[in-house]
Amino acid sequence: MLNALTPAAAAAAGRPRRPFRHWRSALLLVPFCVLLALFCLAPLGWVVLHSVQGDDGPGFGHFREILASPFYRLAFINSLYISLWSSGCGLLIALIGAASLRRVPGRLRNAVVAFTNMTSNLAGVPLAFAFVIVIGTNGALTLLLRQWGWIDDFHLYSKGGLCLIYTYFQIPLGVLLLYPAFDALDDDWQQASALLGARLWQYWWHVALPVIAPAIFGTFILLFANAMGAYASAYALTTGNFNLITVRIASLVSGDIFLEPDLAAALSVLLTLLLVLVCTVNQMLLKRSYRAR
Amino acid sequence: MRADLYHRLVVAALVALLAVPVLATLAYSLAGNWGATILPDSFSVRWYLQLWHDPRFLSAFGHSLLISVATLLLSTLVIVPAVFVVFYRFPALDRTMNLLILLPFAVPPVVSSVGLLQLYADGPLPLVGTPWILIGCYFTIALPFMYRTLADSLRGMNLHDLMDAAHLLGASTPRAFLLVVAPNLRTGLMASLFLSFSFLLGEFVFANILVGTRYETLQVYLYSVRMTSGHFTSAIVMSYFVFTLVLTWFATRLGKQESQA
Repeated sequence: MLNALTPAAAAAAGRPRRPFRHWRSALLLVPFCVLLALFCLAPLGWVVLHSVQGDDGPGFGHFREILASPFYRLAFINSLYISLWSSGCGLLIALIGAASLRRVPGRLRNAVVAFTNMTSNLAGVPLAFAFVIVIGTNGALTLLLRQWGWIDDFHLYSKGGLCLIYTYFQIPLGVLLLYPAFDALDDDWQQASALLGARLWQYWWHVALPVIAPAIFGTFILLFANAMGAYASAYALTTGNFNLITVRIASLVSGDIFLEPDLAAALSVLLTLLLVLVCTVNQMLLKRSYRAR
Repeated sequence: MRADLYHRLVVAALVALLAVPVLATLAYSLAGNWGATILPDSFSVRWYLQLWHDPRFLSAFGHSLLISVATLLLSTLVIVPAVFVVFYRFPALDRTMNLLILLPFAVPPVVSSVGLLQLYADGPLPLVGTPWILIGCYFTIALPFMYRTLADSLRGMNLHDLMDAAHLLGASTPRAFLLVVAPNLRTGLMASLFLSFSFLLGEFVFANILVGTRYETLQVYLYSVRMTSGHFTSAIVMSYFVFTLVLTWFATRLGKQESQA
């Protein structure tokens, strides 16, 4: 497959009369293509092929099994629920934060952006541990809130807890992705709309938001895809006991009880298709919004 | 003035929100004893001393550093020439490349590890359980960031004019690349390397599923000691966080130099 790719690539790029003119340069692309094929394309190909591999020949048996099983349906529903909530909340907080971030003095802004960048590194297993310390069963915040009588008990190891931890890692990502989009807003527009008698919310609703809507939407899709594919935090927090789609896939290939790699492949294909679908819809909406302007 | 105050308050709230888990972990790692009370009873650095004398932690940290550095070295050697060739000889390939490098970014690691685990468990390439498979996987993680940064740098310079000038002065293409183009790529490359480094140190999924305890990395070690003292795990989290902090600090500084140049 690789050997076929490189000359073909060279042929596509070279002049029509001498298609192999740059064959020595093309050789430099070979290690790149080999590594990408071995560690990205080949595993993906294996997953797609084996998802339609039944016990007796090819078929969609695994997909039927997944769709018929309440257990796997719940995994999808849980993943969707947590991803949608955490992306929505994370996006809202990031939006408010990014809007204000543009209005503070430059030095403070740069420091906050740098800080946000650093906290975006706090993810996965370390983040799960940090959350156990803050809002675990004996976490400082849990105790504080319990003492004030605001909560009876908080279960970090539940759906709500996972939403909270996912939202946390979505916020820095959202701020970093949204913050540049606000450059598209011209400060004069706000004054112009104020002169025309618009209130602040009217300016935001009729002027600012429509302009940055594609960026908001794109950010939401990225956050959503990020949350759907996330595994480490949930796994570390619940040791794989919470029913998420990524946790299911991993336990089917590396769990202790039964290994069903073909079923894991089918689940993986469904998850990937879902992500591809979401991204395609996003692209279509983006194109439409640009045409509308 | 009122609006100004509002924006400052919002930014302060955002920073506070993001800082809470970090500060709590820091406090917990420095607390001598912190049972069922809101604030710790006493402070000490003994958790850090214990951690930095733990041979298992040191070896896991060493493994992580070794794998990350090896990956970044490999990625540099493979990606830099590839990006240059694409831009200099086959500019039409740039679109295809942009799609290809999105793949490892778009496919969740859990999904690719399903295939990797089956393909390389045995057969001609028995890589599962060895650090080699991680180097390969981490190459795909670093790829999008490195390719994008290098492509941006190349787009920003007059590549063909530079190469033509070097050729006129008698340099061969490899020599022109090394002496004229490569120095211009250095800052961008370093920034993306530091950024990728901090990502790779935090990688857990591939490390846990494909290799696990057979070649324990920092994150796998961290996961496996979750049942021991919370103070101890906090000390690990903080040590790791400070390390990535330094890395991102370097990355942003280099990034700034790049944008000023």
